[in-house]
Amino acid sequence: MDNETAIKNSGILKYSQPEQKLTTPKTNYKEKLIYGFLGLCTTITVGFLFWLIGYILYRGLGHINFTALIPPILTTIYMVGIGLGLSVPIGIGAAIYINEYSLNGKFIKLVRWGTECLAAVPSILFGLFGMMFFVTTLKMSWCILAGGLTVALMVLPTVVKTTEEALKTVPVSYREASLALGATKISTIVKVVLPSAIPGILTGVILSTGRIIGETAAIFLTAGTVFGIPDNVMSSGRTLAVHLYMLAKEGLSFEEAYGAAVLLLGIILCLNFISYTIAKKMTK
Amino acid sequence: MENKSINITTVMEKIMKGVFWGCAAISIVAVLFIGGFILFNALPFFSHTSLWSFLTGKNWIPSGEIFGIYPMLVASFFATLGAVVIGVVVGISTAIVITSILPPAISSVISKIVDLLAGIPSVIYGFFGLMVIVPIIKLTGAPSGGLSLLAVIIILSFMILPTIIRMTEVSLKAIPKEYKEGAYALGATRLQYIFKVQLRAAKSGIIAGVMLAIGRALGETMAVMLVAGNSPVVPNSILSSVRTVTANIAMEMSYAPAGPHQQALFATGLVLFIIIMAINIGMQLIVKRMERN
Repeated sequence: MDNETAIKNSGILKYSQPEQKLTTPKTNYKEKLIYGFLGLCTTITVGFLFWLIGYILYRGLGHINFTALIPPILTTIYMVGIGLGLSVPIGIGAAIYINEYSLNGKFIKLVRWGTECLAAVPSILFGLFGMMFFVTTLKMSWCILAGGLTVALMVLPTVVKTTEEALKTVPVSYREASLALGATKISTIVKVVLPSAIPGILTGVILSTGRIIGETAAIFLTAGTVFGIPDNVMSSGRTLAVHLYMLAKEGLSFEEAYGAAVLLLGIILCLNFISYTIAKKMTK
Repeated sequence: MENKSINITTVMEKIMKGVFWGCAAISIVAVLFIGGFILFNALPFFSHTSLWSFLTGKNWIPSGEIFGIYPMLVASFFATLGAVVIGVVVGISTAIVITSILPPAISSVISKIVDLLAGIPSVIYGFFGLMVIVPIIKLTGAPSGGLSLLAVIIILSFMILPTIIRMTEVSLKAIPKEYKEGAYALGATRLQYIFKVQLRAAKSGIIAGVMLAIGRALGETMAVMLVAGNSPVVPNSILSSVRTVTANIAMEMSYAPAGPHQQALFATGLVLFIIIMAINIGMQLIVKRMERN
């Protein structure tokens, strides 16, 4: 309303007033204003991403020091290995139970509820739990294994959800054909359903990998912040994301921090590209 | 022979079914165990400080064993509120542009960009905020050198954008084509259709997305910690340094000695857990109602 009256008072409308009854320029101005606002918001969304990526690449590309980044890279690989190694089999198993055996019973409802709740738990609470349970109660002390167990719990809902979606896209006729040929339920699942669902499952795995690589809060409370090449999974270490956080917090060398940020961003962009390619292949 | 092999396969079937059942049960066990574990570790604290004085106490002085999280609750509330207001306005507008205004070729590019935004780790948002947003706020002469509630709100609003855009996009696309045809047949313009028909019909989905975003904003830790300044005092302006509930746990957990201090951090975690679960259950109820309609 304010804009309308402002436009009226400004006299812009005077010239077009005679036509008002035919084309209703009043709404035209209003519409243009709304379109402009919608466009502005979209520009903000898109512009922010380019600003963020562009700025970090610009400041950091020259400062990637791979030799200095080897310890955090190794720790990150360990962390992803443990996290996925535990969450992927369990998540796929859970999704199979939900999708292939479910009869919409009470248990399935409970499983769905549990998965949704687990997905909603903020990462800092996973960290709080992991630190007190794995690190202190189970006496693991700060180590990569404790971190890996914590992040495995954290990404479990993602794996379950994406696998479930992937299994749903496998046509029922595949299962019927396999069962009609005399295959058992298990061999139908293993030899027919799972192979056709692989691209979808892979997307979930990549999503989880990205989450583990980018996770900080849950990991720095469970795996510690020791900078160094880890001997084994029982030693403490900092992942790339934790390394970036420590550098940013200490504020000693922002150049190093930019270098780590570029590498982290690069990995995430690559993962995004891979999952995009898989999704594209899937729709073909 | 044949009987035996059939027996083995049926036994295998049963075993595998049991294994899958076990996998499915893990999520339930995990969420109950995590919640229970935090509750168990937090409960002893309430014999030290009552729940009421914990929630309303304005001072957090661990060395003096004074624990009040009122400042953190206020900070988290305003940070989330600010971020959600910005995120909702910008996010819903972007989703409208993607679904109903731009040609599909351009929309799909913007959708990819939104996906990217969702994949960027929170520590990178925090780092960007620290290096770019905070210095800009510092120019206004903020008392804490730019580390402020405002910086938290700006970073959080961009972090929750993808959630809001995604959910809005999905629910806008789910509106039956007949609605559009009907509105246009009645002489509605495109914008009239979008705002008076499409958005209203997609209301529940959008609300579910906003609640998801509220949960994300409340639970975010590292990005917030890098730009908030983290002083545990009640903020008196948008430019003051704040400490959120999540940052309170992350800042002190690694060195807090066993005893009241550690228990107080668990109690902080418990408060966060309860708030997040309440939001989540509220969201599930909305989604259920949506599915019924």
